[in-house]
Amino acid sequence: MTRTTGRRSGAAPALSGQARRRRGVQRWHVAVALGALALAASASLFVGVGDLTPADLLDPDEAQARVLWTSRVPRLLAILLAGSAMAVAGLVMMHLTRNRFVSPQTAGTTEWVGLGIVVATLSFGGTSVLGKMTIGVAFALVGTAFFVWLLQRLVLTDVVVVPLVGILLGGVVSAVTTFLAYRFDLLQSVDVWMNGDFSGVLAGRYELLWLVLAATVVAYLWADRFSVAGMGESFAINLGVPYTRVVMVGLAISSIVTAIIVVSVGSIPFLGLVVPNLVTLAMGDNLRRVLPVTALTGAAFVLVCDVLARTIRYPYEVPVGMIGGVVGGVLFVWLLLRARNRAL
Amino acid sequence: MIEIESVSKSYGGVRVLDDVSLTIPTGGITSLIGANGAGKSTLLSVASRLLPADSGRVRVDGMDVATTPGPVLARRLAVLRQENAMSVRLTVRELVAFGRFPHSGGRLTREDSRQVDEALAWFELGPLADRHLDQLSGGQRQRAYVAMVMCQGTDHVLLDEPLNNLDMRHAVQMMRMLRGMADELERTVVLVVHDVNVASCYSDRIVAMREGQLVAEGPTSELMTPELLRKVFDVEVEVHELAGRRIGVPWS
Repeated sequence: MTRTTGRRSGAAPALSGQARRRRGVQRWHVAVALGALALAASASLFVGVGDLTPADLLDPDEAQARVLWTSRVPRLLAILLAGSAMAVAGLVMMHLTRNRFVSPQTAGTTEWVGLGIVVATLSFGGTSVLGKMTIGVAFALVGTAFFVWLLQRLVLTDVVVVPLVGILLGGVVSAVTTFLAYRFDLLQSVDVWMNGDFSGVLAGRYELLWLVLAATVVAYLWADRFSVAGMGESFAINLGVPYTRVVMVGLAISSIVTAIIVVSVGSIPFLGLVVPNLVTLAMGDNLRRVLPVTALTGAAFVLVCDVLARTIRYPYEVPVGMIGGVVGGVLFVWLLLRARNRAL
Repeated sequence: MIEIESVSKSYGGVRVLDDVSLTIPTGGITSLIGANGAGKSTLLSVASRLLPADSGRVRVDGMDVATTPGPVLARRLAVLRQENAMSVRLTVRELVAFGRFPHSGGRLTREDSRQVDEALAWFELGPLADRHLDQLSGGQRQRAYVAMVMCQGTDHVLLDEPLNNLDMRHAVQMMRMLRGMADELERTVVLVVHDVNVASCYSDRIVAMREGQLVAEGPTSELMTPELLRKVFDVEVEVHELAGRRIGVPWS
């Protein structure tokens, strides 16, 4: 190296100190985002029909304490858990399929979970959450594997066609679900199950959601492996990363997270698609850096949607899935148009 | 040292590699030459375990590439393919830093960071370090990929057409850098090159292939002859001595 140092000293200042500062999102951005999220989170504790104000926290009466601990706090936790995990699941899926438009919502995973829930209900009756979850997870895994298998066999040159195949597949699965539901008089229940809604979250009925936190932590620990796999198979092999295994683990994490969330609170359209896209647009694709911010943004997205859902028609609630669909849909179209222009 | 022992590989009934045996000694630059479809890239891919061989085996410093654990081999041998369509948006520094993954598992030590800086400086990527790959020209990106492979710090570096996308200036610069890697850093560099004269001017040894078989191998000076080049490329090539180098001229 000595030979080169003199000649290249001009480049040296660019390497040190200040110049290493990241462009785009910086640390203080994250700090501000965290602060905003904390603020919104505490605000959400005081939105609802039951009277509860910040002042009451100092000296809550029995009814207020019950509202807080059986409804408001579980609801907030469910929102934060589902929002962050779903966004991360989308991020991982988008990396491993190497397509920005593939997420559990565009790969048909959500629809497979729906079919799983109906099948579980028909076989165990409507009461067993664990049964629904197990079968939902199984269907999500099979469905995602099928989608990926299909992708490997189709030669698709346009990035936008890949999610279209997924959406198509989801449509077919969803049609089967509807048919079954129609035959067994479950149509209304399916509607309620599938549409994302946190109003049913109460202490004792959301705790399985903590599993998605575990899955998100695993995803973070494997973030570098997912980044490497996202570079492509030969890069991965070169760097000593077992490509196939990493892809399978990542897709399994995404599917399991999706299934648990859909079974617990329903589907929030576009969450796993729009949030990772927005974050990576600003920060690049190094998962280790991007994943925590994606989790925070996902939580914030759902929190804002949920607060809107609770206030728009106060004292009634609109399902959060509907708000998420509207907000996310607009952002999705914007991303699509942008991808066309930039020829991703 | 890379030992290739009677390796064969077929794609859909077509034999792309036919019982190839070859030993690439430690040190210097070895260039694989041959016409399109001669099997150079396939041989490079098999040697670097990107492709499994149908039969035969490849050993790197005595380790069978098919059975040695990926991370162990990744510290001894690095490979870069010709096609590197990467949709991932990383900065140049992040990409090069991933070259340290086999050593650090992602948590860069001070030594790792030093190596990253060194690789960036070596390929004159310092000013571009914080740019995203999709903001670079094809040539700059190619340099970033090669810098990543160099940063891996392996004794063996295998590159498939490293001059892809490079203009004349950067092609010369790249070959000088690879020469430097071989001479100063004592790496064993193996290249697939389509330009015979690049192979002639910069490599120590040449391996000539045709239709999946080895035609000849040996020191560059012995192989740069009209007879051999005709045999390999099916074209009449005059070989002239110019400034101490053998240059093949096919346009006669």
